[in-house]
Amino acid sequence: MAAKTAIRSESGKVRRVIVVGGGLGGLMTAIKLCEAGVPVDIFSLVPVKRSHSVCAQGGINASVNTKGEGDSPRIHLEETSYGGDFLANQPPIKGMTDAAPGIVYMLDRMGVPFNRTPEGLLDFRRFGGTLFHRTAFAGATTGQQLLYALDEQVRRYETVDVEDENGMAIPGEKMVRKFEFWDMLSLITDGQGVCRGIVAQDLKSMQIEAFPGDAVCLATGGPGIIFGKSTNSVINTGTAASAAYQQGACYANGEFIQVHPTAIPAADKLRLISESARGEGGRVWVPKNPKEARRGRDVPESERDYFLERRYPGYGTLVPRDIASRELFLACFHEGRGVFTSRTGKNENEVYLDLTHIPKPTLKRKLAGILEIYEKFVGEDPYENPMRVFPAVHYSMGGLWVDFERSADGGLVHGSPRNQATNIPGLYAAGEVDYQYHGANRLGANSLLSCIWGGMAAGPAIASYRKGMGKSAYDCSSSLFDGAKKREQDKYDAILKMDGAENPFELHGELAQHMLIDVTIERHNDRLDKVLAAIDTLEERSRKVNVLDTSSRMNQSAQFVRHLQNMIVLARVIAQGARNRDESRGAHFKPAFKERDDANWLRTTMAMHADGANGNSAVNYVREVSYNLNGQQVNVSDAVDVSLVKPRPRKYETAGAASATAADDKKAAPATAST
Amino acid sequence: MSQAKTVKLKIKRQESANTEARYDRFEVPWLPQMNIISALMEVRKNPVTCDSKQKVAPVNWESNCLEEVCGACTMIINGRVRQACTALIDQVAPSGEEITLEPMTKFPLVRDLVVDRSRMFNDLKTVKAWVQLDGTHELGAGPRQSPENQEEAYPLSRCMTCGSCLEACPQVNDSSNFIGPSAISQVRLFNLHPSGKMHAKERLEAVMGEDGVAGCGKAQNCVEVCPKEIPLVDSITQVSREATKHLLFGWLFS
Ligand SMILES: Cc1cc2nc3c(=O)[nH]c(=O)nc-3n(C[C@H](O)[C@H](O)[C@H](O)COP(=O)(O)OP(=O)(O)OC[C@H]3O[C@@H](n4cnc5c(N)ncnc54)[C@H](O)[C@@H]3O)c2cc1C
Ligand code: SF4
Ligand code: FES
Repeated sequence: MAAKTAIRSESGKVRRVIVVGGGLGGLMTAIKLCEAGVPVDIFSLVPVKRSHSVCAQGGINASVNTKGEGDSPRIHLEETSYGGDFLANQPPIKGMTDAAPGIVYMLDRMGVPFNRTPEGLLDFRRFGGTLFHRTAFAGATTGQQLLYALDEQVRRYETVDVEDENGMAIPGEKMVRKFEFWDMLSLITDGQGVCRGIVAQDLKSMQIEAFPGDAVCLATGGPGIIFGKSTNSVINTGTAASAAYQQGACYANGEFIQVHPTAIPAADKLRLISESARGEGGRVWVPKNPKEARRGRDVPESERDYFLERRYPGYGTLVPRDIASRELFLACFHEGRGVFTSRTGKNENEVYLDLTHIPKPTLKRKLAGILEIYEKFVGEDPYENPMRVFPAVHYSMGGLWVDFERSADGGLVHGSPRNQATNIPGLYAAGEVDYQYHGANRLGANSLLSCIWGGMAAGPAIASYRKGMGKSAYDCSSSLFDGAKKREQDKYDAILKMDGAENPFELHGELAQHMLIDVTIERHNDRLDKVLAAIDTLEERSRKVNVLDTSSRMNQSAQFVRHLQNMIVLARVIAQGARNRDESRGAHFKPAFKERDDANWLRTTMAMHADGANGNSAVNYVREVSYNLNGQQVNVSDAVDVSLVKPRPRKYETAGAASATAADDKKAAPATAST
Repeated sequence: MSQAKTVKLKIKRQESANTEARYDRFEVPWLPQMNIISALMEVRKNPVTCDSKQKVAPVNWESNCLEEVCGACTMIINGRVRQACTALIDQVAPSGEEITLEPMTKFPLVRDLVVDRSRMFNDLKTVKAWVQLDGTHELGAGPRQSPENQEEAYPLSRCMTCGSCLEACPQVNDSSNFIGPSAISQVRLFNLHPSGKMHAKERLEAVMGEDGVAGCGKAQNCVEVCPKEIPLVDSITQVSREATKHLLFGWLFS
């Protein structure tokens, strides 16, 4: 039984698609679906305008080449692959870098107040891993401005009627419906394993409901809160990705966690000082004398060690984040050269990030947003004093495994239902929650781009999938939805009854400590074994918590118990992936295996959920995933598609090393090098 | 009690709008660079009140970014509306004074410190706070804009819908439908944009009259409390002038 029409199911219901998450990835997916005439339901833990994307500061990459430097999408592709230590499939990157200039223009048309040149064009700045000015920015609150622009477009669709096949408005039906303050609990999959909707909980009334959707797209962001304090927003627990993983979605490259070199240490959060500070000329240094007692501003030039510039003359302070973070860690932890405080008599885990040589009006125009954060939280004037910073967990390169369909020219087949598809038919993913674009290390300002591009690819892919599907989710038997709802209601009721001895927030603190100390910048196998053992105990203890609050209205404690359990499951995927990968690549660094090992490890880590001992979870690593998409059988191995840029060792000591082959191509065929 | 430095909180607790409110006192260890949110996080690790010495339900509050850019954590701290994440303990209570936390009063209460600000998002629909796009497909570069235009628009576009200005405004109350400063300022923002301008008229019409610009009583409280220092009074004045112009002469051009 096929659906009645493109808009209505057999039973006459409006056929919607569910997008979980209203950050850049989710909102862009929703806009593309609306443009394809597909009505959407958006779910979000917070009003979408408060999503984590709002935090992004520095900017978004696009090789528009307005500075006449000879930049091109081809170079952007190469530098992204190279920066990611060649672990990312290259056709999706090509799709993204080719589309990037168009994306920035689109955002400009939406009204994003990007900084301007005197001629009224978009201004661009430098970011890590490149020598080109490729990053468009709106002061130092670019993510906020981008999120608001997409939020505004989606809000407009909240006022647009759904039209039936004859172009008549269907009463009471708008193109977008929002469910804000809702938590996705699980997917609803039918007997064939096809995703048919979600179960979600209203966080104000704690009501649990099942929602059909012809397809579901997860755009739920990263899992940084697994590490406790990070640069992430507090809702970034990765709970939705974990739930999907536990229901059979493959999780890929989980061990690749980006640690950002420059954040401000504090009690509740490690606030980021964006790479744009270095892009605008900020310099990183420690005093040459490890017991230097003078304030940073009073240390003369000749007595400062600009260690990044010294060790990497080619890219200087703008080496990629994995390298910069390791160098900072080395200087502070291993060499004991962090900033010295005479009050404590200690070398703190801090280095200087110095902007004081840049004229104040320039800083105000380009970086006010982040300097305001420093001022507010540290209480020191960064225009006059070098800032004190240290690395912090920031971003997950890993995430839900998603597919792509390669086109003849090496890019993506636009609108292929395989793009951004997970291995659960009907389930898509876009944004930080997918693993696709950044390999072993993400370049700065490439994430806002990959989130938006992910949505641009997912929207049309879902529209094609929906066109090709047989039975609509709205025609599935009601018992499917009732059963799913009851399962989640029972689980939640069980949480409310938990009266064990453990405090869930304390348990989270313990998990975070393990992950932070042993699963970030430096990884040792013996320590990882201990972390895995600790995760085992924590998982058991998480079933013996005291829920603290039994209220039937807004109950953040009960909700947190669920998020905690899901975090523990994902933590295992991250730690076990790190334990298995005996090499060093991008953000994954093992002192005992210092080299990149392409022969054995140039491959995607593919994790599948399994049941372990004592009611705990386990991870099953596979070499291939397969799924069936509207009758087409798809098998994909863990081999990385490196057909566009041949892997080579990274050498950021040498200027231009990251773009060497694109530069060669250009000499050979100048006409095709730029678009 | 030990001699260690502590943070004292007095928090208004309420299950829902129709149940009785009470105040709970908590005391938690002081940590360097602590803010109200990190103090609340400490409370939920051991939610025992000072008076009853009993465990109570942990406090519910809203927060997300923790760097004053999402607007979620707005509440009333010692009688003043502001963001809890940028309220540093050492500044709010330099000598360990008790700190009072209460929810905003101009929005329906959900629970404890959480209120429902959905009206603000609906107001953004009313004023059509968006640029009407033909589509997101590639249509080339956007309109050129001078750096001056960008510099006027950028501060306006930083409004995080936090609600502080509505909370502080005497004209926003149970007996009025005044839309409030933030939405009016958005009218100014979109009417500044080269293509947003093309629909300026509709936005002005949405804020004409008592519920719009005429509702402003010029108390100027809004600019005092806006964490992003948005020139709200300027915005209201400008939009009001444009609206009057449109009212008087609009028919000439339509
Ligand atoms: C401080 C900081 C600065 C950054 N700066 C930059 C930068 O300058 N340039 C750059 O390119 N990148 C930057 N990044 C990275 C970038 O901001 C993020 O990777 C990106 O915003 C993620 O967007 P997203 O759409 O995937 O998810 P998010 O914006 O995180 O949105 C996730 C959405 O999912 C929803 N959600 C999650 N779980 C559930 C659930 N269970 N149920 C319902 N809804 C759910 C949330 O409510 C939210 O709406 C920065 C990151 C940080 C932390
Ligand atoms: S105008 Fe200022 S106070 Fe009002 S909602 Fe916006 S940011 Fe908050
Ligand atoms: S938590 Fe976002 S403004 Fe305070």
